[in-house]
Amino acid sequence: MEQKTKIFVEDGKQDIIVIREFDLPLESLFQAHVEPELLAQWMGLKIIKLDTKNHGSFEFETIRDGRVVFKANGTIHQMKTNQQIVRTFEMDNSLVGVRLEFLDFESITKATSKLKMQMIYQSEKHRAEQLKLPFANGLNLAHNRLEKIVGELK
Amino acid sequence: MNIRRDVFQAIADPTRRAILLLLTTQSMTAGAIAANFDTARPTVSKHLQILTECELLSPEQQGREIYYHFNPNKMKEIADFIEPFRQIWDAQFNKLEEVMKKRKSKK
Repeated sequence: MEQKTKIFVEDGKQDIIVIREFDLPLESLFQAHVEPELLAQWMGLKIIKLDTKNHGSFEFETIRDGRVVFKANGTIHQMKTNQQIVRTFEMDNSLVGVRLEFLDFESITKATSKLKMQMIYQSEKHRAEQLKLPFANGLNLAHNRLEKIVGELK
Repeated sequence: MNIRRDVFQAIADPTRRAILLLLTTQSMTAGAIAANFDTARPTVSKHLQILTECELLSPEQQGREIYYHFNPNKMKEIADFIEPFRQIWDAQFNKLEEVMKKRKSKK
């Protein structure tokens, strides 16, 4: 089966490109990125602030068991409705650093659309840190599960 | 770790990616591979050499010809590195689709 989300990571470069086609009209796809309530739902985050406009900004966090486990923020450099969002993105307490993001929205048919996200990192090394994260998270999850099981044993 | 870096270098080039794609369905000789590209034959040979060095391809002598085979296990190594990151986005985008579809049907 063809994968819906494609990702391109080329050696000698410092960006990651994510391309996805959606079973949604362009307007709907774009709306999901600018309305705080919707973004919170699909990203599974709490939106502290989201002001998608030229020179706007955003702040997200995830709280688990009363503890902030994820926090990110950035500025919206430019927003063209149903076309493009250019923004920065920085995750707290990570070695990834600030990344610059170009989100290009495109209509395919009346009912389908495409999103291309280009994420540019400060260096290839910073990008490598980003790619390592899912591994680290996977380990953390396993560790949490272990803690829970051990806790229940007591 | 060194080998893995080489593998990434190998797939960074569009011609090399096209060669890999060609060889996923069949084994071919260098000549047959080169016939698919406008690039000069020695350039294609160089690409084949790099792909062979990082074990993405394995050459096999058959009579006077050398056939190149694709090595899917090596390709999987690359996927293993990027796949977790891709899956995170895939899951989030699936959720986006789900959220927006529900919203549409509510209206």
